[in-house]
Amino acid sequence: MFVSLNWLKNYVDIDQLSPEDLAELITKSGIEVEGLERFASPANNVVVGYVESCEKHPNADKLNLCQVNVGEETLQIICGAPNIAQGQKVAVAKPGAVLPGNFKIKKAKLRGVESNGMICSLQELGVEEKFVPKEFASGIFVFPEDAEIGADVNELLNLDDIIMELGLTPNRSDALSMLGVAYEVAAILDVPIRLPHTNYHTEEEKVENYVSVKVEAAEQNPYYGAFLLKDVKIGPAPLWMRNYLMAAGIRPINNVVDITNYVLLEYGQPLHAFDFDKFGSDEVVIRMAHEGEKLVTLDNQERTLTSEHLVITNGKEPVALAGVMGGADSEVSEQTTTVLLEAAYFEGQTVRKAAKDFDLRSEASNRFEKGVDPNRVQKAGERACKLLQEYAGATVLNGVFEYDHLDYSEKTVTIWTSTINDRLGTNISNDDIADILRKLNFNYEQDGETFTVYAPTRRQDIVIFEDMLEEVARIYGYDNLPFTLPSGGAQAGGLTKQQELKRYVKRFLEGAGLSETVTYSLTSKERATELVSPEVAEAMVSSVSLAMPMSEEHSTLRLSILPEMLSSVAYNLARKQVNVAYYELGSIFISKEEKVTRQPDEKVRLAGALTGEWLTHPWQQEKKTVDFFVVKGIVEALFESLNLNVTFVQAKVDGMHPGRTAQLFIGDQAIGFVGQVHPQLQKEYDLKETFVFDIDFDYILSIHENEPSFAKIPRYPSVTRDIAIVVDESVQAGALQAAIAHAGGELVKDIQVFDVYQGEHLAEGKKSIAFSLFYQDPERTLTDEEVESSYQAILDAVANEHNAELRG
Amino acid sequence: MKEQLQALEKEALEKVDDATSLKELQDVRVAYLGKKGPITEVLRGMGKLSKEERPVIGELANKVRGNIADAIDSKKASIEAAELEKQLEEETIDVTLPGRPVPTGGPHLLTSIVEEIEDLFIGMGFEVSEGPEVETDYYNFEALNLPKGHPARDMQDSFYITEEILMRTHTSPVQARTMNAMEDKRPVKMICPGKVYRRDTDDATHSHQFTQIEGLYVDKNVRMSDLKGVLDRFAKQMFGQEREIRLRPSFFPFTEPSVEMDISCKVCNGEGCSVCKQTGWIEILGAGMVHPRVLEMAGYDPKVYSGFAFGMGPERIAMLKYGVDDIRHFYTNDMRFLKQYHQA
Ligand SMILES: [Zn+2]
Repeated sequence: MFVSLNWLKNYVDIDQLSPEDLAELITKSGIEVEGLERFASPANNVVVGYVESCEKHPNADKLNLCQVNVGEETLQIICGAPNIAQGQKVAVAKPGAVLPGNFKIKKAKLRGVESNGMICSLQELGVEEKFVPKEFASGIFVFPEDAEIGADVNELLNLDDIIMELGLTPNRSDALSMLGVAYEVAAILDVPIRLPHTNYHTEEEKVENYVSVKVEAAEQNPYYGAFLLKDVKIGPAPLWMRNYLMAAGIRPINNVVDITNYVLLEYGQPLHAFDFDKFGSDEVVIRMAHEGEKLVTLDNQERTLTSEHLVITNGKEPVALAGVMGGADSEVSEQTTTVLLEAAYFEGQTVRKAAKDFDLRSEASNRFEKGVDPNRVQKAGERACKLLQEYAGATVLNGVFEYDHLDYSEKTVTIWTSTINDRLGTNISNDDIADILRKLNFNYEQDGETFTVYAPTRRQDIVIFEDMLEEVARIYGYDNLPFTLPSGGAQAGGLTKQQELKRYVKRFLEGAGLSETVTYSLTSKERATELVSPEVAEAMVSSVSLAMPMSEEHSTLRLSILPEMLSSVAYNLARKQVNVAYYELGSIFISKEEKVTRQPDEKVRLAGALTGEWLTHPWQQEKKTVDFFVVKGIVEALFESLNLNVTFVQAKVDGMHPGRTAQLFIGDQAIGFVGQVHPQLQKEYDLKETFVFDIDFDYILSIHENEPSFAKIPRYPSVTRDIAIVVDESVQAGALQAAIAHAGGELVKDIQVFDVYQGEHLAEGKKSIAFSLFYQDPERTLTDEEVESSYQAILDAVANEHNAELRG
Repeated sequence: MKEQLQALEKEALEKVDDATSLKELQDVRVAYLGKKGPITEVLRGMGKLSKEERPVIGELANKVRGNIADAIDSKKASIEAAELEKQLEEETIDVTLPGRPVPTGGPHLLTSIVEEIEDLFIGMGFEVSEGPEVETDYYNFEALNLPKGHPARDMQDSFYITEEILMRTHTSPVQARTMNAMEDKRPVKMICPGKVYRRDTDDATHSHQFTQIEGLYVDKNVRMSDLKGVLDRFAKQMFGQEREIRLRPSFFPFTEPSVEMDISCKVCNGEGCSVCKQTGWIEILGAGMVHPRVLEMAGYDPKVYSGFAFGMGPERIAMLKYGVDDIRHFYTNDMRFLKQYHQA
């Protein structure tokens, strides 16, 4: 809502404050002032001039030579505007004037003839082109005849006005009118309010003789008032009204249209003027549209209506889409002489639906949607009649033909001073409350600390105690509330064990060299099905998509963090950031239904992606490129730090390199995978060799024990034996290690691979793997015999199970 | 013999003096003090001496031996010192060469902000709650006093999956869920960080996915001044002790009264500048007293209980605190952006 301060001054006195201070007060006590701007920059030395003569320039076809009387002198001015004519009153920038844009007016010679100033258009005076009335849009502005010669134009054209832009929350639609803003300002400044005049002279002739009103949709249209005005003379609205409309962001058209717009802004009540001669009948029938019925609206668009749209008809066909837009056929034009003026209450949801269906959000629909003040509907009609009588010469017929089922009652809300103080933490007195209610212009009855408040109908937002609590608090001033801390029991806050574990894992991975990402949960339908971990693929039935996505890119809920994470990797590669090491802890969404009827299961996953160099230390010739074992090492270390035993099993996972991927298990539970992205998919994502992991973190949360038990520090020495064995190259280290652990018995505390070799000195298809075995008994020193016998058992086992030979 | 011994001593001491390595020194030791050395040889000939001469020569021989041994030891020490020095000299490195790098990572800026805020409210007795990102229409809207058709639903155009299921548009549903789940209707004091989603086209100031932190405190006798006190403490800890807060009326369907909280602008200290659009204040969060309908729907009697709630955007806070100029930075995961916030 744009509020012209000059206009506002008609209702409340605000001159005691600077616009900035006023804006600050309004913001602090109720409505956010989002902007404070001059309507135009004021022009000095620009006055009203009378064009005494206007002749063609002797040396230029398109220029005119004018003698312009500016009061104390007559200036010779050359003017190129096409609409200049003798007898006009125009805005003259005298030599020495400075126009917006620091445009200085000087005496000049144009094609050999002297010119002492400039005749201005509104644009040249700083008015935005889109607000300038059409007839002056491509030429100079012409004042009404009564403009005083020599008068300063700043005031006449309202150029010194300041426009306050209000950001209205949905509950404060009362401030969608100048009067609403005036009530607000009156309450804040504690000043009286002056209401506009609505009295006008009526003819004997009654409206009923010309028109009747029938409402067939009372729920959607509880009130419809029809005024009839004859002898209307279409012309320009008075200058002050045009100025206010322009300041409020509306382009003036003609007196009838401008007056309905003016009253709309003044009262917050939309009105509609029909050309009664083109109305097509003498009855106004308001009903729901028939399915498929057509209406050509003011913007010359044909609209196909449905039974959910409320229409004004002439008994035969629609003439207006109620509360949204009038019909083209009955539009007020230059020829209009009889006006049927509609002042009605249309129900918000109905108007909202129509405005939405036809994408026709307007000043009118916006106000109906939010609910207009029942007590201002007819008043606004009367105000328009008064103005039409005054400024369009209209004869107003007696009465208003109306249909009325509107609820005009004020809601009563009871408040108690003590409860207000309990809720606010204040010490407000009964008198303070009474004073606040008086400032708000709310009627009330007081009985000690009990106030029965009659919420005025302009404030539809006030319904319950808490609404009044807010009114009292904001007028009392939030700045005046004390600072306290909750008096309730000193409860200890904290993280749950699971939340702590999440933080631990994050810090662990960060310490291991990974950077945390936050990627989008919504991905493309295609990506959503990529790199899905086998246990997720098994649990899900379908991916979940939005009903109406903004774009295909973000249309489907992720089933893995990896696709969007890989997009981020590619984003970096494209910007020459070739070393990337990521992790993310976030939800995926698993639906177990073919067609979604319930919320999908949200599972927390821990994913990572690494590419490029892991370690570069050139001058010592050290360089490690990310490979499977870098990523596996991080994952292993994580699980070790969580004291969880995880096994890696060679596996095939969609989208992953078939030879370089391991599935992870804790016991029999599949919990994710680690490996290299399939080279083909790498190519699709524009990646280099990239290694990823994806782990079911919810499962880890569910099994993790937070308190590790104490294990004694061994007091007896350990014995190390190395063993190098030769096996077929297909035998996996993990299998050998399992066999060694099993055969070696309890004394084997740790087994580490320290060499893997294939090539010279070994038969084709064979490889050698060397392990270090650590033997220990916490209770005593081991004997050579014990170690030897375990060692032999190990040799026998690997020989039997894996055809292994001791490497000679 | 006496002369012989003295000559030997002189000769040996000269050789000790000339020795340049431990090996040479050892050779001298063997040559003069060994069992086959000349001194032993001299002593062997002592039998020929008179009784009177014997002890004199014996003493002299021992003295000569002692002198040579001492000279050797002292020479050994000095050679060892020289050799150590030489070794250390050889081992000297250029300490200005770069060290071996350690892979380093760190948290995302949003996580840092969220954890900082979590810890701050934990310090004031709050717990951390979480809720689903895919919500029901009931919890996302209806339980928050936003019935179907409510105009305020326009404020947050939503991503629906079905008519009843949608991507949550705020973390506020966790309020309702937490209160509903509380079977004995105990006081609730929690904050809830999480991802939220709105139908926005991604640009410098909009993101279809962003983060929110919701706070809720419901108890007997919760006052609006408590909200002001808690928010003031939050603002001072998060943005600096010099910051002032102010509350302005606003509107949220799930709180009444509703306010917006501003902090005094850090750049201009409230004087007005381009960052605060000349107002001296910067909007940080929305808050209010929990609407009685919301309490009622969650099974808390609004005559007995009252509460406050607040909600803020970590992206906005990060943008203010660190001057991040484009919200998309939080989601493109450019390593150059991420690394900036890994330092302590
Ligand atoms: Zn500032």
